[in-house]
Amino acid sequence: MAQQKSLTQSNVSGWAFALPGFGLMVAFIILPFFFAIWFSLTNQRLISPNPPSFMGLSNYVDLLSIGTIVLEPERDATGAVIRDNAGDITYPRLRNFTRNNPDYPHLQGMREWFGWQTGPNDELRRVILAKDVVFMRALKNTFTFVIIVAPLQAGLALMLALLINQKLRGINVYRAIYFMPVVISIVVVAFLWRLIYDGNNGLLNNILGALSFGWFEPVDWLGQPSTALGSIIAMSIWQAVGFHMVIWLSGLQTISPTLYEAAELEGSSKWQTFRYVTWPGLRNTAVLILIVITMQAFGLFAQVDVMTNGGPLDSTQTIVFQAIERGYGKQDISGGSAISVILFLIVLSISMIQRYLTRERNT
Amino acid sequence: MNTLSHDNHGLRLFVRYLVLTLIAAIFVFPLVFMVMSSLKPSQQLLIDSGSLRAFLPVGDISLNNYTMAFDRAPVALFVANSLFITGTTVILSLFVCSLAGFSIAILSWRGKAFVLSAILATLTVPFETIAVPLLLMSSKLPWIGMDGLEVGWLNSYRVQIIPFIADGLTIFLFVQYFRDIPSDLVEAARAEGASWSQVYSKVLMPLSGPIIATAAILKFLVMYNQYLWPLMVVQEEGYRPVLVGLQYFFQLNTAWGEIMAYLSMITVPVLVFYLFLQRAFIASIASTGVKG
Repeated sequence: MAQQKSLTQSNVSGWAFALPGFGLMVAFIILPFFFAIWFSLTNQRLISPNPPSFMGLSNYVDLLSIGTIVLEPERDATGAVIRDNAGDITYPRLRNFTRNNPDYPHLQGMREWFGWQTGPNDELRRVILAKDVVFMRALKNTFTFVIIVAPLQAGLALMLALLINQKLRGINVYRAIYFMPVVISIVVVAFLWRLIYDGNNGLLNNILGALSFGWFEPVDWLGQPSTALGSIIAMSIWQAVGFHMVIWLSGLQTISPTLYEAAELEGSSKWQTFRYVTWPGLRNTAVLILIVITMQAFGLFAQVDVMTNGGPLDSTQTIVFQAIERGYGKQDISGGSAISVILFLIVLSISMIQRYLTRERNT
Repeated sequence: MNTLSHDNHGLRLFVRYLVLTLIAAIFVFPLVFMVMSSLKPSQQLLIDSGSLRAFLPVGDISLNNYTMAFDRAPVALFVANSLFITGTTVILSLFVCSLAGFSIAILSWRGKAFVLSAILATLTVPFETIAVPLLLMSSKLPWIGMDGLEVGWLNSYRVQIIPFIADGLTIFLFVQYFRDIPSDLVEAARAEGASWSQVYSKVLMPLSGPIIATAAILKFLVMYNQYLWPLMVVQEEGYRPVLVGLQYFFQLNTAWGEIMAYLSMITVPVLVFYLFLQRAFIASIASTGVKG
């Protein structure tokens, strides 16, 4: 061992061979990463006559501040609740609290995010306010996207992998077809699906209409807040599921055939074989796939950029879309960097939680 | 009894193929729709998508959309840009990352453990989180060009190539591969007086066909499909890659026939390439998963 080490010991050659690659990574990945943290603490802009100044955490405060207030209904002289023509309870305007109101300094500059009725007779209204409502919606949409896509895509990919893992003539043709969308750019896919999702003549509406014998009413899939994000989710899974099918497949092929033979000898059912032979053998693959899908899903951008531009009504705003809109669109490097750092912290903590939850318990 | 189970077997086989084929249809239909639509006038394209005609080459079939797409946008320029950027990055990446992988896998040197862990740490940094600061950096980086020293990398090929040459995954794939090569080979070459560069170029690289193919395919897919980054750093037509060029088709009026022709032109060659090399493509994706 000592001899082998001295045989390959070479500080100069070692650094010389590693330096082109490592140097480029330092310059274009590691350095920008630390710049992101630094810029997020300043008011750096892309083009500015003034040098940037240190701002502390104010970018983060602007992005993440939320507040809450309970609104009392307006009452007339007798104390009865005033209702408008439509019969809805009237409340004092929120801007009375959020604009230069010395009694509510913590709500300064905030806007309504969402609210609900509360209290006796549902007369009170609890309002959640945020300084940056669009970013809050972007956070919520991105988390919704990840929470739906990660299990659904991993599960569908596993089902496809089990289908493809059969010994059948021509099975490789099917494997090649299922994988095909992966080699196509998500941008191309998004343009195609824009036409498929079209509200008037879209392929999807027409197929659903034909399958239901005309009973189905055409839907403007990308044009209304209730369906836009779901449409993007379905298309994203269609494009990427083959990728994870292949990773599941390579996991399936590491399971020793003798285990299956033993299970067959024991007379175990298909479900039992899956539960006690296949699934335990896929444990590491499952962890890897969940982490990869989660990281990819948090980066959701191109689909939104091509299909909806964040709309309608911010229903498809995402974290990365906001980071780019600020950092590039508005040339606000500091704001965009702060969003990037928040995104990184989210991805990091989620992958750490996933590793912890799926750790080997028997060691 | 025997014939009964045989019939049953045939039926089950039929059901299996039916399921596989129906799923295949889900993955294929948008692509067939794209190619067929590219051959039809926009008006007919929209009407046809109401029926199965959407998937058939029927009606007024021609290559008009393709000629019109060439009139509307400098398609050849965009394709050439993408191929140049992708090709250059792939070649440089293979060279630079295999060198680093060789150094980490074979040589012993001070600081190696730190370098390796820094490289692995970058795998947890999504590109989206560094795009914004990288944009500012790129606007200020110096470059020595034809006219001497210039400042700023925006609107250039280099800004689309150089940041993507080295990446953690490619280096890591080479490290893994070189570690599995028997050390006797390296030791024998050294005993015969080979220098380290000769060990790299004469011993290791000739054995590295599979990993070179894997790394090249992964890099090709990333680079040819670049969208977010060129959108941010390239405003001049001359340096635009294919996907950013798509914007041309949404100016004034959206001509879906031309869009489908353009999408077909930039997608079908990749699909053909994939179908020829599908084993290598699939193996390369699988290799990111096994040990990752």
